[in-house]
Amino acid sequence: MESNGVKRKIVLFILGFIVWCLLVWVPDWQHLVVGVFVAGMIALLVGDLFIKKPGKLKHPHRYRYFIFQYVPTFLWECIKANIDVAYRVVHPNLPINPGIVKVKTTLTSDTALTFLANSITLTPGTMSVDIDKDKGVLYIHWINVKDKDVKGATKDIVEKFEHILAKVFE
Amino acid sequence: MSNIIDIVGLVFIGIGLAFDFFGCLGLVRLPDVYNRLQAATKSVTLGTCSILFGTFLIVGFTAAGFKCLLCMMFLLLTAPVAAHAVARGAHRAGVKLWDKSVIDKYAEDKEGEI
Amino acid sequence: MKIVRWLIGLIVLSFIIGWIIFRPFSFLFYPDLPFVGFLGRAMYILILACALCLYRVFRGPTGADRIVAIDIFGIMIVGFCSILTISTGRSWYIDIGIAWALQSFIGTLALSKYLEGKGFDE
Repeated sequence: MESNGVKRKIVLFILGFIVWCLLVWVPDWQHLVVGVFVAGMIALLVGDLFIKKPGKLKHPHRYRYFIFQYVPTFLWECIKANIDVAYRVVHPNLPINPGIVKVKTTLTSDTALTFLANSITLTPGTMSVDIDKDKGVLYIHWINVKDKDVKGATKDIVEKFEHILAKVFE
Repeated sequence: MSNIIDIVGLVFIGIGLAFDFFGCLGLVRLPDVYNRLQAATKSVTLGTCSILFGTFLIVGFTAAGFKCLLCMMFLLLTAPVAAHAVARGAHRAGVKLWDKSVIDKYAEDKEGEI
Repeated sequence: MKIVRWLIGLIVLSFIIGWIIFRPFSFLFYPDLPFVGFLGRAMYILILACALCLYRVFRGPTGADRIVAIDIFGIMIVGFCSILTISTGRSWYIDIGIAWALQSFIGTLALSKYLEGKGFDE
């Protein structure tokens, strides 16, 4: 347990230092010294909050799934969502049919649920309103309700991302 | 060569401007808070990310370019979280859905809890 | 009735955008306008979008509408700073953009918690 806490702090220190180096690009030695102090202070203060299991960061196949499967799917859905929104806004009759539906998910970890909610918000016609983590239930505002019961809505909304995110984060 | 990259960057900026404008039009036209939040968040987030990416293509691999990429990732992570927080707060504060809405599972389940 | 309002809105908006793009009779206002070229026209279109946001801020029937409009306004300012970075060539405008995005996110979270009527410790 003790070594796990130290590992978390070291991972957060490295992440913070990389972000600092990107913010002060072309770093000289003064910038690097200040960056070491700032990243060390952040890692000491809030090191226990962000990364729960640092062992997950070591597997290269997670990064491969993230870059080659999640990112293209997400960008394609995002572009489709924007064209859909532009069509609905410009149309004179406002073809919307809104409502809040309930879907079920099998993901459990915090990071995976956050990414699932973000992906749902940026994909066509859906936006997450609330998450119940204990029951594994998401409430989703849908701009054009096609299916009112839980099973059909789950099939339409969640399943595009769920199996990819399960491979990446679980 | 750099001329072509500049033109591609300007095309990205133009697409971003069009999406920003449609998002704000949706903010004015749509009938209730949740629909407005949907249209505005989606369109304006992707539009601003497209403008930032066009800036990165024009400026190149300099300090400003890396800051553009960092700002893009930051916006893609935080804008949906802000939309989620505002929607949850509005529903708990009792803002009604549009009166032609079809279904509201969240209100049904919440009344069961309390 | 609805289609008449839609037509009026379409005509007014296309008139404004056409003026921004082709810019006729500009000698009536200034001998040379401050923003020129493609990036100047881009800034005028962003100002138009911000004006639509401000309409929702003033008009919004509930508090939630105003919060949504302020959030969207904050995201659009980041794009404005990014265009200013290209057109003036000063790289510190994008620093202002990053700081504005951070402050806008935290402000929106605080406003939504206030709307929910709870404390900050949940």
